[in-house]
Amino acid sequence: MAIEVRIPTILRTYTGGAKTVEGAGDTLAALLADLDSRHSGLRGRLITEQGGLHRFVNIYVNDEDVRFLGSLDAKLSDGDNVTILPAVAGGAFGFAAAAALLGRSTSPLSRASGLDLRRPTDQAPQAALSRASGLDLRRPTDQAPQAALSRASGLDLRRPTDQAPQAALR
Amino acid sequence: MLSIDRSIIDAIIAHARRDHPDEACGVVAGPVGSDTPVRHIPMDNAARSMTFYEFDSMEQLRVWREMDDRDEEPVVIYHSHTATEAYPSRTDISFAGEPGAHYLLVSTREPDGEEIRSYRIVDGVVTEEPVQIVEPNVDPHAVQSYKFGQSPTTVDYECSPGR
Repeated sequence: MAIEVRIPTILRTYTGGAKTVEGAGDTLAALLADLDSRHSGLRGRLITEQGGLHRFVNIYVNDEDVRFLGSLDAKLSDGDNVTILPAVAGGAFGFAAAAALLGRSTSPLSRASGLDLRRPTDQAPQAALSRASGLDLRRPTDQAPQAALSRASGLDLRRPTDQAPQAALR
Repeated sequence: MLSIDRSIIDAIIAHARRDHPDEACGVVAGPVGSDTPVRHIPMDNAARSMTFYEFDSMEQLRVWREMDDRDEEPVVIYHSHTATEAYPSRTDISFAGEPGAHYLLVSTREPDGEEIRSYRIVDGVVTEEPVQIVEPNVDPHAVQSYKFGQSPTTVDYECSPGR
């Protein structure tokens, strides 16, 4: 069984520069595991920690977006063509919101608060955080709010982590 | 440095103004390895947002295939910021997936003019580069004007009679 897979420029470091590689598998998940056995690390760029397809990677089977074919469960046959393209996206959108879109809670606040910050909610985020942290966040205080939240969450919030979205996509 | 025709820049600005206040986005394709933007391809912003853009996945496949068929590559990937400066945001940097492209940013936050700046974004590192807009009617190597009878090889100082 042979499936031709076209690799985008940014992932060719995993294939020794090759633009297309061959693989086998009955489903997309199986194909990616097969590719990873010969091109170690490739699968990690396409699948998130939670085991789903990365939100900003497009995979097409015979020119159809796999999101409409069952994503990782999409069925594959001998002779199929698979194309991988990193989504072209961006914008002025803020850091935390971008992390939320990436489908993972990269901010220490979301881990500490146990809130699902993957979808921005219309409810005042302050109200939700107030409840979770036990702090009165309705009025800004002169005390560094970060210090207060650090104490409540037990995390060091003094320095924002820049690494998160890049790490997610690296 | 990004060298780009005036007509293409004008088309990009017009696209950004048309979509304002939503972010506009698109590609300018050019022959592989030429680093010359030739064919302007405005793309649909599937996110239709004032602060986020994303190419529609099927349109992106169609355009990328077409470029491949024509031996082209995306030389410029552009988008607009409608309320902030023409500088790549963290989101822009994280999502930059074409290391060979020039990332062109247009800011339409002012109604009477646009900021146009260009960057290379490779492995999370942003490097700004100058934008050279090539005017169609002018030979960039020609000397535009002479003063006081100067030419490339001689200089004449103005002399009054009697001196």
